[in-house]
Amino acid sequence: MSTTVAAPAALPAAQAPARTGALRAMAPRLVLGLYVLFLLVPIYWLVNMSFKTNLEIASGMTLWPQQPTMENYRRIFTDRSWYSGYINSLKFVGLNMAISLSVALPAAYAFSRYRFLGDKHLFFWLLSNRMAPPAVFALPFFQLYSAVGLFDTPWAVALAHCVFNIPLAVWILEGFMSGVPREIDEMAAIDGWSFPAFFVRVFMPLVAGGIGVAAFFCFMFSWVELLLARTLTTVDAKPIVATMTRTVSAAGMDWGLLAAAGVLTIIPGAIVIWFVRNHIARGFALGRV
Amino acid sequence: MSVALEGLGLSAAGQVVLHPVTLELAGGLPNVLLGPTGAGKTTLLRLLAGLDRPSEGRLLAEGRDVTGLDVRKRSVAMVYQQFINYPAFTVFENIAAPLRVARLGRAEIEARVQDAARLLRLTPYLARKPLELSGGQQQRTAIARALVKRAPLVLMDEPLANLDYKLREELREELPKLFAESGSVFVYATTEPAEALLLGGRVATLSEGRVTQSGRAGEVFRRPADLATARVFSDPPLNEAPARIEAGRLALATGEALPVPVGGLQDGPCTVGIRAHQLSLEPLPGAVALPAVVRVSEVTGSESYVHLDVGPLPWVVLAPGVRRPEPGEAATVWLDPQRCLVFGADGRLAAVSALAEAA
Repeated sequence: MSTTVAAPAALPAAQAPARTGALRAMAPRLVLGLYVLFLLVPIYWLVNMSFKTNLEIASGMTLWPQQPTMENYRRIFTDRSWYSGYINSLKFVGLNMAISLSVALPAAYAFSRYRFLGDKHLFFWLLSNRMAPPAVFALPFFQLYSAVGLFDTPWAVALAHCVFNIPLAVWILEGFMSGVPREIDEMAAIDGWSFPAFFVRVFMPLVAGGIGVAAFFCFMFSWVELLLARTLTTVDAKPIVATMTRTVSAAGMDWGLLAAAGVLTIIPGAIVIWFVRNHIARGFALGRV
Repeated sequence: MSVALEGLGLSAAGQVVLHPVTLELAGGLPNVLLGPTGAGKTTLLRLLAGLDRPSEGRLLAEGRDVTGLDVRKRSVAMVYQQFINYPAFTVFENIAAPLRVARLGRAEIEARVQDAARLLRLTPYLARKPLELSGGQQQRTAIARALVKRAPLVLMDEPLANLDYKLREELREELPKLFAESGSVFVYATTEPAEALLLGGRVATLSEGRVTQSGRAGEVFRRPADLATARVFSDPPLNEAPARIEAGRLALATGEALPVPVGGLQDGPCTVGIRAHQLSLEPLPGAVALPAVVRVSEVTGSESYVHLDVGPLPWVVLAPGVRRPEPGEAATVWLDPQRCLVFGADGRLAAVSALAEAA
């Protein structure tokens, strides 16, 4: 374009290109700044609301809390019906992550290292599980778990979520594992490692990034999934997402409380992302570089 | 320690990967597997290590059949061509790994690792991770791991192929000593004829999944059993010329008579093979002059490899001194009938002329 001649043309017209040059240098930052701003506005608004009273929220728009209050947070941390929601959620999410990973690790290793009859079909079929909407499974799980007495326990939700998380974890881990040279496995066998010792001490550290990413994806799905979690629980194992949908009381909507709950729901995800931030891009490519 | 292969072969998906091999491997001297890429060296090493199961034949270690034995129960050490280490461990732990698995005492492990590290000059890097080292250092880590294990069977698959020149020279000299002195059976695969000769010991040449010959390196080099062996064991490539025997006299297809004693050879087509250093660009007494056209000349310091077309045949002549003939220039190649290998129509060595053995 016209401004590319800026430096050598030290003529009377030099000043104008210099100014557009500066603008040009600013442009990427400006665009990026706007992008981040729009992304962060809803989150800021959530945080903003969580420190306001319901009266302030309802009475008009204020850019920051005029009478900041911790009351919303205090209620969540003291009211059992609220904080138990978090505990229940963390319980089944943790259980699910543990089950998914301990099943997916050997499965992914098998897919990555061995050829067997129908391995490719089976591998694809796994992912097709992930394509069914959770609603499809709600009814059978509800009936089954009621029958075997798992209904309204963290196990119910944790196991139900495995249908979605194990296939995804297998796919992610398989990608990471296939990036590890097979010769390392052979080397370990030659050196005399037993398979379990090799797997835990030699192999798992090599796919630690993949394990982290798989855990993150399990967390992400399980933590926000509403339909199955709400269908399979009533009181004892009620997750936070379900609690949040039931806050319309006789006194109307409790905006501030809901906002505070929302903030607290975002935090665990942010923490998990921090740990896998270096591997997350590869995770979205299912471990395939 | 000795290892014996009895008709050990591998076929996969209806294709023969390795034709049955019968071979004795003994300790003391290096056993070199020589062959171009894809000849089956790695396949044979993997069968020896127990990483793959042979589809036929038996493998005996000290007279005991170990054919189907799991690799974990064998006592072998292996070094791959690619630098294979445990990336998550430090260099020290990498070298110590087989000893830790064998549950040796702490002091013993420390001593053996330090010894191996000193030999392979890795002492300053023991605390680092393998991927923080140069390629040569990574490979030395792998070699050190094979060394500390003191396994009776040590397999190396082109271990020096990716190392720098100086280090190759040193290790090529030291490795056979390190492993042979311990009485281990030391098997070393390489693509380079020069390496096979420098390592000394015994050599088995492989070509297209077949062991074509085995024996002392020098003998195999001087008297290759067949054309395939001569091709494998020749660098630069063997110069070949189609020829015919008529009434007990050998003549090149181009007409020049070669007074080579052909012994009991039947009349018919045959192939004359001459190594690059046996040819000359200077007149030799009794030699046959062949007109040629220079293609290119590679000067390696004090010697020159002159590539020429002798009629339709691409030949290489090793000439002393620096020679820079122009491409396209006419030249004369002198072929001494006293320095030829003659292969019959079936590819078997038929005759070796008097001076051809003078490598």
